[in-house]
Amino acid sequence: MLTNFGIILLFFIIGFIFVGISIAAASLIRPHKPNPIKNATYECGEVALGSPWIRFNTRFYVIALVFLIFDVEIVLLFPWAVVFKGLGWYAFAAMLVFFFILTLGLVYDWGKGYLDWEKPNPIVPVLSDLIDGKK
Amino acid sequence: MELEYQFLLPLIIISVSSVAAVAFDAIWKNKNLNFSFSIFALLATLIAAAYTLTASNEAIDAIKAMALSDLISKHQIHFGGYSAYFDILFCLAGLLTIVAAKPFIKREYEEYNEFYSLILFSICGMMLISHSSSLLVLFIGIELMSIPFYVLAGFFRKSIFSVEASLKYFFLGAFATGFLLYGMAMLYGATGTLDIKEIGIIISQGEAIPIYLTLGIGLMLVGLSFKAAAFPFHQWAPDVYSGSPTVVSAFFATAGKAAAIVGFVIIAKEIIQFDVKSFQIADTARTAQLIIAFISAATMLIGNLTALVQKNVKRMLAYSSVAHAGYLLMGIVASNELGYTGIIFYISAYMFMQMGAFVIVSVFERNGNEKMSFDDYSGLYKSHPILSALMSIFMLSLAGIPPFAGFFGKYYLFLAAIKADFLWLTIVAVISSIISMYYYIGLILQMYFKEQTHGRLKSKVGMAKYTLLITAAAVIIFGIFPSLIVDLTYNFF
Amino acid sequence: MLETIQMEYYLILSAVLFTIGTIGVLTRRNAIIIFMSLELMLNAVNLSLVAFSSYYGDSAGQIFVFFIMALAAAEAAVGLAIILSLFRLKKTVYVDEVNIFKW
Repeated sequence: MLTNFGIILLFFIIGFIFVGISIAAASLIRPHKPNPIKNATYECGEVALGSPWIRFNTRFYVIALVFLIFDVEIVLLFPWAVVFKGLGWYAFAAMLVFFFILTLGLVYDWGKGYLDWEKPNPIVPVLSDLIDGKK
Repeated sequence: MELEYQFLLPLIIISVSSVAAVAFDAIWKNKNLNFSFSIFALLATLIAAAYTLTASNEAIDAIKAMALSDLISKHQIHFGGYSAYFDILFCLAGLLTIVAAKPFIKREYEEYNEFYSLILFSICGMMLISHSSSLLVLFIGIELMSIPFYVLAGFFRKSIFSVEASLKYFFLGAFATGFLLYGMAMLYGATGTLDIKEIGIIISQGEAIPIYLTLGIGLMLVGLSFKAAAFPFHQWAPDVYSGSPTVVSAFFATAGKAAAIVGFVIIAKEIIQFDVKSFQIADTARTAQLIIAFISAATMLIGNLTALVQKNVKRMLAYSSVAHAGYLLMGIVASNELGYTGIIFYISAYMFMQMGAFVIVSVFERNGNEKMSFDDYSGLYKSHPILSALMSIFMLSLAGIPPFAGFFGKYYLFLAAIKADFLWLTIVAVISSIISMYYYIGLILQMYFKEQTHGRLKSKVGMAKYTLLITAAAVIIFGIFPSLIVDLTYNFF
Repeated sequence: MLETIQMEYYLILSAVLFTIGTIGVLTRRNAIIIFMSLELMLNAVNLSLVAFSSYYGDSAGQIFVFFIMALAAAEAAVGLAIILSLFRLKKTVYVDEVNIFKW
């Protein structure tokens, strides 16, 4: 007799054993020769500069929104793709309309110039303004 | 199939044109183009909706009898009757708002094309609410209405008032959506279907699971009273209405509130039924009715009492719109023919009078939040006789003085509540109406019998005059010939 | 013989998540965290919808979930935009520092 909870427990146990064996085996076999370069944070092969806790440019936000359009599209596209064979051309047309409307969102961003990274007149905040609270 | 498309036409036109408005904006970036396109789209939707309103009942019955596989709306959408009527009302509200908004946003901030597409999108959402015959469509409608509202509230994004109103509206609106959705999930759990009509049938057969049903009704009441700004969840309304751009507040307080009430009626009509085979479920329904009655009474009293102490006309109107939600809920409590007709009539009348009052405030408003206190309005009739006469008409109608539309709306609702054995609710309603007269009449006295103290107000009417003329005419016509609406809308729900 | 997990457990988990979300919205003052709590509420609803849907063997509940996900994304876009424009004006995301109307 095994309930669904039992299966989950089994997964946990097997997972722990698997990971435990791998780590234990690795620590037995691997050579142990640390040096400063090896201990440094790996950042695409570059030497890390400054703190990672910086504020990102808010222009990334617009890019994230454009991503969001197509991210959610996948959610609705997936069940459609699973049952697509049984539905035929009508479902295909319906999904095309949906896709068209989403693409229009991208066209809107494009037409309004939100995709251009270099804005015509970037407003650069000046430190003294920020301190006075002007902008 | 062709038959169905005829009835779907208003929804198709509004959704296609709201998407098209975004595309036009991206491609041509022409302000007048988007303005006139929105007017054109709303007029086309209005005509299509009027056509479906006149369609015969046989056609609708024929659609109802069709098999699921022959339909594209899959019985998820209600056709004709009240849906068509509310389509017309929402389109009218949108038209009046857009016409009044163009000069206002140009003067106070900057005209962005997005304004028009946002209005179109939210009207699309409202129409989906009035057409909904499934919890899913109702939910999509409510959200399609609310999300553009959050953006519209913060439309003046350089003004802290507007952004703060938007932030508040967003958080509380999304919070309410959570409750509404949880209620819908529980209703689904209690009955096993999302179809609102079927939910009603399952409840009346006493087959719903009582605990989930009770939870579902309770949570949905919370969510819907948030959206309709009813007590005890009304606190956001005055802040949002007084912080948002005035024309946008007019749109929220009229069309937005009407749509929320329509959603409320659609749900409550199926849930509150006493002719039920299970004793426990009938008891739940009776409790729900009593709770709505208390919400209604408290909303009227709180709305009117707090409006009484306001020094700012816009904020006073915001509180009065809370109170009016209370009157409208009376019709739901009564849940009889007269009550539903009363709701339809009162929404129609309320929409025009509240819109007119807000637009007059917007005409005098300067620099975001100035020139709208009671003192600024003193002695107004000397400098602006026509505008103060119009304001008096709207105020008298909101107070429910006989020759105007507001009176008959209240009359039907009060009568319906008495017929449903809710005499105490009617007494509370009458008392709060009397309270409300104090500040409505007070504004009129301020305009006509006080000396000007703060210097003359400057008005820039512009195109808003069309809005004002139409709203005033509607208030007077509905008041003199109430049977125009009542004969049309009887038996709608 | 497999014994399935009963529906009640899913519902209890969903109710717990919903309550955590509600308490988060009511007690936290950072706009971003309030926002995350709102998303948690929506996901709690998703869980109970899916549980009911599999209980009744009816796919309508799961379709509903897809729409709620799409709504959550739309709300995220609008909500973050509003928080951003608040930050531009007030240089804060703490809602108790935004009190022209008194929260």
